[in-house]
Amino acid sequence: MTLRMATPLIYGTVGETFSERAGILNLGIEGMMLMGASIGFLVGFTTGDLWLGVAAAALTGLVLGLVMAFLTVSIGAQQHVAGLGLTIACSGFSFYIYRVSVANVGGVAPHVEPFATIPIPYLSQIPIIGEVLFNQHALAYIGLILVPVSAFVLFRTRFGLSLRAVGENPNAAATAGIDVFKMRYISLIIAGVLSAIGGAWLSLAQSGMFLPGLTQGRGWVCIALVVFANWMPYRVLGGAILFGGIDAVQLSLQGVGWNIPYQLFLMLPYVLTIVALVAVSRRARAPAALLLSYKRED
Amino acid sequence: MAFFTVEKRLLPSRRLNIAAPIVSTLVALVISAVPIYVGGVNPLYGYGELLYGALGDKLAITETFVLFAPLLLCGLAVALAFTCKFWNIGAEGQLYSGGLFASFFAVYATSIPSVIAIPAMLAVGFLGGAGWAAIPAILKVKLKVDEVVTTLLGNWIMTYAVEALLFGPWKNPATGWPESPVISDTTKFPILIAGSRFHFGIILALLVAVVFYIIVRKTKWGFELLGIGGNQTASYAAGINVPRQIILAAIVSGGIAGLAGVGQVAGIQFHMTTDLSPGYGYTGVIIAMVGALNPIGVVLASFLLAVVVQGTQAMHRATGVPWALAEGMQGIILLCLLVGIFFTKYRLKQGRRRS
Repeated sequence: MTLRMATPLIYGTVGETFSERAGILNLGIEGMMLMGASIGFLVGFTTGDLWLGVAAAALTGLVLGLVMAFLTVSIGAQQHVAGLGLTIACSGFSFYIYRVSVANVGGVAPHVEPFATIPIPYLSQIPIIGEVLFNQHALAYIGLILVPVSAFVLFRTRFGLSLRAVGENPNAAATAGIDVFKMRYISLIIAGVLSAIGGAWLSLAQSGMFLPGLTQGRGWVCIALVVFANWMPYRVLGGAILFGGIDAVQLSLQGVGWNIPYQLFLMLPYVLTIVALVAVSRRARAPAALLLSYKRED
Repeated sequence: MAFFTVEKRLLPSRRLNIAAPIVSTLVALVISAVPIYVGGVNPLYGYGELLYGALGDKLAITETFVLFAPLLLCGLAVALAFTCKFWNIGAEGQLYSGGLFASFFAVYATSIPSVIAIPAMLAVGFLGGAGWAAIPAILKVKLKVDEVVTTLLGNWIMTYAVEALLFGPWKNPATGWPESPVISDTTKFPILIAGSRFHFGIILALLVAVVFYIIVRKTKWGFELLGIGGNQTASYAAGINVPRQIILAAIVSGGIAGLAGVGQVAGIQFHMTTDLSPGYGYTGVIIAMVGALNPIGVVLASFLLAVVVQGTQAMHRATGVPWALAEGMQGIILLCLLVGIFFTKYRLKQGRRRS
């Protein structure tokens, strides 16, 4: 259950880590998740092929990443504002596109049969951890693999090195021959694709429907998780599991029937996110050029 | 790279600075026509309905002003914080906080005459919003915690808290709805135009805009905030107490947003409700940017957005275009504006880059 809730967080946060490592704070992530959820659902619904939906979501994310890159890298707009504008636009359009494309059939919201979980033979029979680790959706497995892969790419490839250099000191990187614009564009494309897939997971694997507020602010939590993970992929996994766990706990607590308003439980992940941010703020080592725009002629 | 090179403009042009927001908005409207068309509606007809619904008759205009008030206050709140680069995205939560605390007071103020009750309620609401903004402000200044995330998450926390209260201990015993008991008559804002909802809070919002202008342009504090926003390091060097001013700016910003909440409670809803605001706080960010953080710009931008929001509601009722379009349009306006701002600072010249 925890891994289930953590999966979109893993995708979103890993994606965001890439963009922030290159120096861009991508506040459009919430919007990218929503569009991924919406388009992924619509394509999955109309074609009956869920994986096609995921692919469509990925493509959407790519386009959105390009838009974000255009705004922050080429135009040099303020990153906070560009991201927020993108998220606001995507929030509206994700729901608009959905409404325009499908009508409620007899009062029942259109839904798809969500992705089934894929139990890995033998391994999933192991009591307790077998159920948790080896009986998950395909996308969750991919998400788990994503973590070591991204760590490898970031820290053990030339590409990763160039990307990190761009995030630490773009001027020095440019002098060394690295194309700063290109690196930042690529990092935002990665962020867009991954966040959109994370969003598609929400509509195609978790709920089978698209609803307003499907993301529940998870995109923002991802932003916080990047800080919490000190911009390192393995810690991202830890953070996502932690918060996925809190989410899962909060859901089950609601059923317990204590005389406490359920909204207090809903609040819990956000409060704890802030607490976590505060806790790690001391030793946070952000990429040095995060948020600074880079201009060629300066 | 491409066939254009980007060149910084040496002399920013006044005409361009004014033209840019206007052209950007027009471009945004053109772009938004595409989804409207896809939705099966003729955009020209749709925009006609939009304009008529916002400005076409007395009811429309007064309703546009009703929307204008909270948007203006949120825009001012955000603009103040952004002036010193405190990215307050939490206006939404601060609005609710202000409304909440104000209604605590207002429900029980039945024996206090309006002359005292209303200013007191405003003060309480201001403090409510200010207090909520203080948390992310202190976290940012003392612990360097990024305020974008804390103010944003704060919105969720506050709206859930309001829900918890209104569904629970503070539910209206008379109706059973998740709203507070009705506020005292002495605290309701008077209606200023008969037959409409045009209330005192609208004038109040304009007053706040005037005060804002005075603060930012005429006081030392405003000047220091501008300095901090321009170059924080230089401000430190000039002896400005940067942390204190940032916290103050954030608190006042939260207070102004809180006033927006008070206005909604005392002027429109007369209860504390769970839906005081359909996102005014976020629209406030857009307004602040469109208005270039200056009070006159914010007033104009707020009016523009009030027209857009009111108009799209009318358009939705008349044509069936889903309401979510309005949010999308707001985002597009902001993005087009960012491109417009770019063109005020840079020009494109043909030809390859000569290194």
